[in-house]
Amino acid sequence: MSNAIEYLGLSVIQFVRYIGALSILFAQTVYWIFTPPFKNLRFLEQAKRIGPGSFFISSLVALFVGMILALQMAYQMQKLSSEIYIASVVAVSLTRELAPVLTALIVAGRIGAGITAEIGSMTVTEQVDALKAFATNPVRYLVVPRFLALIVMLPVLTIFADIVGIFGGFLICVFKLSIGPAMYFTMVVESLVVKDIVTGLIKTVFFGMIIALVGCHQGLTAKGGAEGVGRATTVSVVTSFILIIVTDCLCTAIFYFIFKT
Amino acid sequence: MCKAFESNMVLDDLNLFIKRGETKVIIGRSGTGKSVLLKNVIGLIRPDYGSIKIHGKEVTNLSEREYNKIRMEMGMVFQGGALFDSMNVADNVAFILNEFMRLDEKTVRDRVKDALALVGLKGIESMMPSELSGGMKKRVSLARVLCMEPQIILYDEPTSEVDPITADAINNLIVEMHDKLKVTSIVVTHDMNAAFKIADSIAMLYRGKVIAEGKPDEIRGSRHPVVQQFIHGESVGPISEDEHLVFGHIK
Repeated sequence: MSNAIEYLGLSVIQFVRYIGALSILFAQTVYWIFTPPFKNLRFLEQAKRIGPGSFFISSLVALFVGMILALQMAYQMQKLSSEIYIASVVAVSLTRELAPVLTALIVAGRIGAGITAEIGSMTVTEQVDALKAFATNPVRYLVVPRFLALIVMLPVLTIFADIVGIFGGFLICVFKLSIGPAMYFTMVVESLVVKDIVTGLIKTVFFGMIIALVGCHQGLTAKGGAEGVGRATTVSVVTSFILIIVTDCLCTAIFYFIFKT
Repeated sequence: MCKAFESNMVLDDLNLFIKRGETKVIIGRSGTGKSVLLKNVIGLIRPDYGSIKIHGKEVTNLSEREYNKIRMEMGMVFQGGALFDSMNVADNVAFILNEFMRLDEKTVRDRVKDALALVGLKGIESMMPSELSGGMKKRVSLARVLCMEPQIILYDEPTSEVDPITADAINNLIVEMHDKLKVTSIVVTHDMNAAFKIADSIAMLYRGKVIAEGKPDEIRGSRHPVVQQFIHGESVGPISEDEHLVFGHIK
């Protein structure tokens, strides 16, 4: 019993320490974002890597999710003869929830893991020390461009995922459920309001921060050669996934109360 | 100064003075804290207790921003080279020029070429670090430091992983920088030939302390049994006894 309490206590302390370390990294990142001189090239390099590089996979997933969602809804809606509302459900659930979260999870797996592996290998091969030795702050040089690129590119990827996902629903509705294309788009437009899209996109800014901070933090604290980098990468992906889901829940709750009326 | 990692006291009341323009070679067994000492000097880690003065200025409690001004006068050649994987050789060598100096492209290119020529490399500007041998990485790392024209250079095992000819060329370069440019050098090495060749003064580190210090001839003639075992590279002696080193034999 005492062991269980000890384990629980240690886990809580570790969690608080981890959040503390992420908060410090966040504060340092914000400080360096607004401290000149500004090196836009590094941001653009990262944005290119994150945006176009993840576009295909996030769009592919969104397309299939849109199709699956339409099919699953059809199963229920046909019983109620309400197939027409499938378009509304697809559009609202994609823009509010599925596209932001799924895109974030894909980017966390693809880009977050890459960030940790890259910075982690720099850490264990003394490249991060070399940066410091050359009077260059690693947070400014490594974290800031990735942080900015993620908070800019994740909403962009999500917008594309929204569009492609809705198109996935369109394919099923038009070719399988015999709903007219014009009717589908009318239902989508009528059911969507600006706040659906905006709340979904606001979430992705937080998700982008989480992926960047967790990925960079794990990389900068990696120890123990290749094995340590591998371990850090796994922890980075798992932690990002958990924090994204928890943040999604928090944001949804907050938006629910803010936009209740 | 003292530096410990958890319960392991790596540098224990270490006291060392390096004159301006001097080449000081630090020798000692692996794990005695030689690299930790260099990292303390350049501010990558800070001492737990004590004081470090560079050009008479106390640096122990400087903020990172203030320390960076000191770092602009110092360069460090890391053990494994520590070249930036994502950049080619030219960008690695020009790192400090691109980050801190507003120079035109031609000037940067020329300075990179000159720095690489100093370490005996040419025509490798577009190669990536992964395409270089261990010795070449080390030489590019040295070129990167030379490019910033520092007053103090810290070398962490500059001649390990390089062939004897390249090692001698690197040693000559350290001697030339001392003679012609009056650069202060702190060299950590196991290579006793290199140590005797380049050093103005040698300090032997053992158990976190300097146990012997003096000119190369003084160290060579030292009667300290630990120094004698180390400089002659013998597997039997006081260090082995002290550290309970038992080496196996083939039966």
